[in-house]
Amino acid sequence: MDAINPLTLFFAAIFTNNILLTNFLGLCPFLSMSGQKKSAFGMGAAVVFVMASTTALNNLVHFKVLVPLGLEHFRYIVFIVVIAAFVQMVEMTVERFFPALYFSLGIFLPLITVNCAIFGASLFMVIREYDFVQSLAYGAGSGIGWMLAIVAISAIREKLQKTAKLPRGLEGPAITLIITGLLALAFLAFSGMIRVQ
Amino acid sequence: MTNLIVSVLVISGIGAVLALLLELADRFIADYGECQIRINKQKELTVQGGSPLLFTLQDEGIFIPSACGGKGTCAYCKVKVLDGGGPVLPTELPYLVPEELEEHVRLSCQVKVRNSLEIEIPEELFFIEEFRVTADRIEDLTPYIKGVTLAIVGPEEGIAYKPGQYIQLEIPKYKLSSAPEFRAFSMASIPGKGQKIELFIGLVEKGIVSTYVHEYLKEGDELLMRGPFGDFYYRDSGREILMIATGTGLAPILSILRHMRKEKIPRKTTLFFGTRVEEDLYCVEELEELEKELPDFSYIPTLSRVRAGSSWEGERGRVTDLIEKRISEGDDLDVYICGSAEMVESCFSLLKKKGIPEDQIYFDKFS
Repeated sequence: MDAINPLTLFFAAIFTNNILLTNFLGLCPFLSMSGQKKSAFGMGAAVVFVMASTTALNNLVHFKVLVPLGLEHFRYIVFIVVIAAFVQMVEMTVERFFPALYFSLGIFLPLITVNCAIFGASLFMVIREYDFVQSLAYGAGSGIGWMLAIVAISAIREKLQKTAKLPRGLEGPAITLIITGLLALAFLAFSGMIRVQ
Repeated sequence: MTNLIVSVLVISGIGAVLALLLELADRFIADYGECQIRINKQKELTVQGGSPLLFTLQDEGIFIPSACGGKGTCAYCKVKVLDGGGPVLPTELPYLVPEELEEHVRLSCQVKVRNSLEIEIPEELFFIEEFRVTADRIEDLTPYIKGVTLAIVGPEEGIAYKPGQYIQLEIPKYKLSSAPEFRAFSMASIPGKGQKIELFIGLVEKGIVSTYVHEYLKEGDELLMRGPFGDFYYRDSGREILMIATGTGLAPILSILRHMRKEKIPRKTTLFFGTRVEEDLYCVEELEELEKELPDFSYIPTLSRVRAGSSWEGERGRVTDLIEKRISEGDDLDVYICGSAEMVESCFSLLKKKGIPEDQIYFDKFS
C-alpha cells in the first residue's frame, strides 16, 4: 500500500475525517466552550497547537524510543505525560501573553490535558502507522478540524441566542448536541472519499 | 529483568526531560518582570511579578491576615484591588458577597501579580510585624492538643496585642511540605507578660503545620511568627458575658479570662466548654482557680460522649444543648464563641433566635 500524501491527510483530517464530527472525540470542551465565538476560537487555537505538536512528538517518542525498546505497551502513559507537559507550557504562554484569553478559557485550558481528541489523535497515529511528517499533518489537520467544528457551532449558538426562543429543556448543551448531530450527518456523507489508512 | 530496568529508565528519562522543559518554561515564559503596587494611593512598591498578591506583599513586609496559608479556603485575606487585578476567579466567588464584588474586594491569595496594581488595605495592617521566635516549652495538654509557649527573640520590643487575637505561625519546609507553610493560631496568653506567647495546637489529620508541631518541633527550635491579627478580642461593656468554646477554641477565651483576672474585671461571666470525652478537657485547674479568683465566673464543661462506667457528674451533650438549657430569651449578654465553623454557626443562629443582638456576638471560626 502506498504511503498517503501528508497534504491529502491534512485535508482529510479537517473535512472528511473530522475528529469531532466523525469520531465524536473531544466533546466535553466542545460543549462547554462553544457559547461564544471568541473563546471558541481561543480554545480551538490552543487545541490546534497542542494537537499538532503532541501528535508529532508522540510519533517520535513512540517509533524512535518505545518501539525499538519493545515498550509499546507504555504508550498510553507516555502519551498522556507528553500531552500534560505540553498543555502546561501552552498555559504558561497564554497566561503570560494573552491574559484576556487566559481568563476567558479559565479551567478549560488545563482540561485540554484530558481532551480525548488530542489523546485520540496520538492513538490513531499509532494504529495507522503514520510517519513523522504524516503525523504532523494529521495532528494539525485534526486540530484545525476540531477548531472548525467548535467555531461553526459557536457561531450557530450565538445566532440562536439572539433569535430563537427555545423551550427551556432544549437550551444549552441539549440544542448543541442536536445541531452537532445534524452537522455530523452532513460530514458523514464525506466518509470514505479519502483513504486515511 | 533487563526489560524491567529499561522500562523504568526510559519512562523516568522521558519524565525528566519534560520536567526540565517545564522548568525552563517557568523560568523564561512565566517571567512577569517588575510590577508596581500602589497601596492606599500613597505607598508604592516595586515587586517581582508572578506570585499571588498575598505572598508578594508578605515579602515586602505587609502582612495580610490569612489562616489557611494562601489556599483560598479561609477568606481572611480580602483586599480591595481597584485596578489591574483582572476578572474575579471562580475560586474567589464563593467567598464574596455582591457588595464586596461591587467594591472590588478580592482574595489576595488568588490574585496573581501580573502587572501593576492599585490596591487598598486597612491602615492597621501596616503595623503587623514579623517576629523570630523559639519554641520555649511544649507540653501535652490532651492526647491531641499541645500547649506551645513561644519566646520572641526579635524584634526586642515584643508583640503588642489584644486578648483574643491570633498570629500566623510559619514552619520550615519538611517531609510533608514543599515550601514553608503557615497557619493561624489564637494566643492564650495575655499581652505584657514579657516576650512569651502561648498557643494551643490541635493535631489535624494530614495537617502540615499541626503534624510538624506535634511530631517534629523540639524545644529551642526557631520559627517565624506574624501578627497580631483579628477582630475577636475582649470588648468593654457592663453586660454579662457568655463564652463558648470547643477544642483548641479555648485559647482566645482563656486569654480574655486571664486579662479579666489581671485587670480585676468583675463582670458576671459563664464559660461553656465542650469536648467529646473527659480526657479532652484541659487547663481544668487554671479554670477552676479562675472561678475562685474572679468575682463572678463559672466554668461549665460538657461532654458529648460519656464512656460507660465513667464517674463524670457534670453536664452532658453539646454546647448548643447548654445554650438551650441555660440561656433564656431576652438575656442581655456579650457572647464570645470560638471553635469549629459548624459549632460557631449553630451557636450563632441559636443565640440570635434567643434574641441576642448580632453585634453583641463575637466569634472566631476555624476553617
